Amino acid sequence: MSETINNPADVIISVKDLSFYRGSRKIFDNINLQIRRGRITAIMGPSGTGKTTLLKLIGGQLRPQQGQVKVNDLIVDKLSRKQLFNLRKRMGMLFQSGALLTDLTVYENVAFPMREHTRLPETMIRSLVLMKLDAVGLRGARKLMPSELSGGMARRVALARAIALDPEIMMYDEPFAGQDPLSMGVLVKLIHILNNALDLTSIIVTHDIKEAFSIADDVYLISEGKVIEHGTPQQIQQSSSEWVQQFVNGHYDGPVPFHYPAPGYRNDLFNLAGSEQSQSKRHNQQ
Amino acid sequence: MINLLQTLGHSVFSRLSTLGRASSLLMSLLSAIASVLYRFRLLLVQMYSVGVLTFLIVVVSGFFIGMVLALQGYTTLSDFGAESALGQMVGTSLVRELGPVMAALLFAGRAGSALTAEIGLMKATEQLSGMEMMAVDPIKRIIAPRFWAGFFSMPILALLLSAAGIIGGYLVAVEMLGVDNGIFWSRMQSTIDFKIDIMNGIIKSIVFGFVVTWIAVFEGYDAIPTSEGVGRATTRTVVYSAFAILGLDFALTALMFGDF
Repeated sequence: MSETINNPADVIISVKDLSFYRGSRKIFDNINLQIRRGRITAIMGPSGTGKTTLLKLIGGQLRPQQGQVKVNDLIVDKLSRKQLFNLRKRMGMLFQSGALLTDLTVYENVAFPMREHTRLPETMIRSLVLMKLDAVGLRGARKLMPSELSGGMARRVALARAIALDPEIMMYDEPFAGQDPLSMGVLVKLIHILNNALDLTSIIVTHDIKEAFSIADDVYLISEGKVIEHGTPQQIQQSSSEWVQQFVNGHYDGPVPFHYPAPGYRNDLFNLAGSEQSQSKRHNQQ
Repeated sequence: MINLLQTLGHSVFSRLSTLGRASSLLMSLLSAIASVLYRFRLLLVQMYSVGVLTFLIVVVSGFFIGMVLALQGYTTLSDFGAESALGQMVGTSLVRELGPVMAALLFAGRAGSALTAEIGLMKATEQLSGMEMMAVDPIKRIIAPRFWAGFFSMPILALLLSAAGIIGGYLVAVEMLGVDNGIFWSRMQSTIDFKIDIMNGIIKSIVFGFVVTWIAVFEGYDAIPTSEGVGRATTRTVVYSAFAILGLDFALTALMFGDF
């Protein structure tokens, strides 16, 4: 399944034997991942498989119950708060919602990390902000407030802010979700260009197959807490696994059933089990 | 029976863990004072939105409270021919009780609810999470300036409410009901003690400001990040604050003025 990585120095993030639970629900079951330096890695899978949770584990916002996440040979959940913050200065994250600060203008949002972490003079901050905004094509929108931006523009501003401190690693949480084809095209292009121009390592969490396959070097497919498949987009497309074929081609039924687990249709319709009433009674009592 | 015990145990446990989270947030807020004072501009901006914007409602309410006090006091006192004590009555009740309590209740409704909603929405829209990922501590950058702004604003608001109330009381007592101007002020001046009345009123308002702002920022920070969760948290802020203010007022009054 997964190809072995010959040169360990090539790996910037490694997830080893990681298990994570939310309450009693198992999100990850002993998974292993390796993200290679300078590459674009797509982490894909159906909604609700914990792809975003994986980014939060890498960024140290969540701690695994078992196993570890190593970034640049640092074990993320063993770091002190200060060390973790130092590590995060070298990471950028693009949230699905953009997560722009709503009381600041576009310009101030991009300047925010620079003002917090550096003591650069105002003229230099201005040049840097304009350069970052120009990279995402929104230099002209610098005076707007986040509420005046479209969804795609907000995400591009958030991208400019995420690269403000020139990170080594960029993490994208569902960057293409809910975008019109134009914005989608712009974002795909931007992620690709930025990765190459800034010498980044990019991790994209998404379920948009076409877009992810067009730029990813590596793809991990995750479902039900396990890595189902790993390889280049071509290898994934040629996979013999029925599950992978269903996911990649979007078949409505297959190893992942169309129906949520339910009792027999006939029994359910005629309420033969008589469970509904007693269940709703119990619900009302609660 | 077992179910009842289970429910009871669960509810006690969840309340205790909420209290634990609230205390741990408080510790972080208290230890962030240095960074808040270092970045004084952030504090000033918050004092404007928490304090200055609450000024109008506090002053107008205080004015009316003073007017009502004078009216009601006059009807009772005149039965005993003691209208001359009206100034003392209005002044004492305002600086000791109504000033701090009413200002705190209005503060919880106007500023506390706004703080909870603002912080809760920042959490729901991932702004706090985003800040964490930019290696910026949201407690230091967002929560602490708001907490300290509320703490510093509250005593000033309580004093302003008392002052506005005394002016309202004066207008009704002297200008409307004809109580002697000199007696009104001189009785007030001779009976209100700076240490006993005014200082204790200020101490009360400091305690209320501390508790109300703590409740408000904690409820926002701990809110379930959905629109329903933020709505509930805002309601909780107002309800818990009201309980805390009135309960603490009794306790503080008993400590300060109780004779036992």
